[in-house]
Amino acid sequence: MSPFLFWLFALLTVVFGAAVVINRNPVASALSLVVSFLGLAALFMSLNAYFIGIIQVLVYAGAVMVLFLFIIMLLDLRAEERRQINWLASAGGLAVALILSSQIFSVVGHLAIAHKAFPPLPGSTIDDVRNIGATLFGNYNLPFQIVGVLVLVATIGVVLLSKREPR
Amino acid sequence: MITLGDYLIVSGILFAIGFAGVMLRRNLIIILMSLELMLNAANLSLVAFSRFRVDSSGLPNYNAQVFVFFIITVAAAEVAVGLAIIVALYRARQTTDVKDISSLKF
Repeated sequence: MSPFLFWLFALLTVVFGAAVVINRNPVASALSLVVSFLGLAALFMSLNAYFIGIIQVLVYAGAVMVLFLFIIMLLDLRAEERRQINWLASAGGLAVALILSSQIFSVVGHLAIAHKAFPPLPGSTIDDVRNIGATLFGNYNLPFQIVGVLVLVATIGVVLLSKREPR
Repeated sequence: MITLGDYLIVSGILFAIGFAGVMLRRNLIIILMSLELMLNAANLSLVAFSRFRVDSSGLPNYNAQVFVFFIITVAAAEVAVGLAIIVALYRARQTTDVKDISSLKF
């Protein structure tokens, strides 16, 4: 992938990720999150992870975001009214986030392998799905089945949680 | 030339944005969205490391991508449960603002 496309999609992801936090209107936040996830899917594709990129679009930009938008519209949330901002808490949150990112910058800056380009990929990654499937059903068969049980439990839990209690 | 560090820095910035969202915002739904942002930042660095470790057969290390697959599955289940809890909470309290839900606060 050309550096231009990488920086374009990285900028898209980060700017719309910041818009999620900055927007006051929940619907605008959710739509910014969609764009951020699409940029992230493009970054996954640039790393030859086609399956993960497609899963990202299907699951996040599709299913999860529809769920978020449904709930926002169901609860009829309006833009947050301007309450008095707790400046101490806001400054504390921003400071912790800044310290965290500067820490990540310094660690990445001192990491020797972080300055190397990606090695060439002689094998074909076009049959990405087959390779991931072989790993998933081979080495990770038991965790895969456990995740299946987890999803079942989550489904039952959601149904129970959203059921109206009989009076 | 794009290095591994570039991807790691993008991932770190994204994680910090999500973290700031969790700390700053008071709307529970936005907090859940920021959590998703943080999970995706971790996914990005995992996939970057997967592409960086090319094994002897010339393929990326698929263990990391399977791990990302598991993270996406668990995150989808987490969002469904979290939103169901928010709906139940809204039914009981008519609010999604964390300032108004402080019964468990010390």
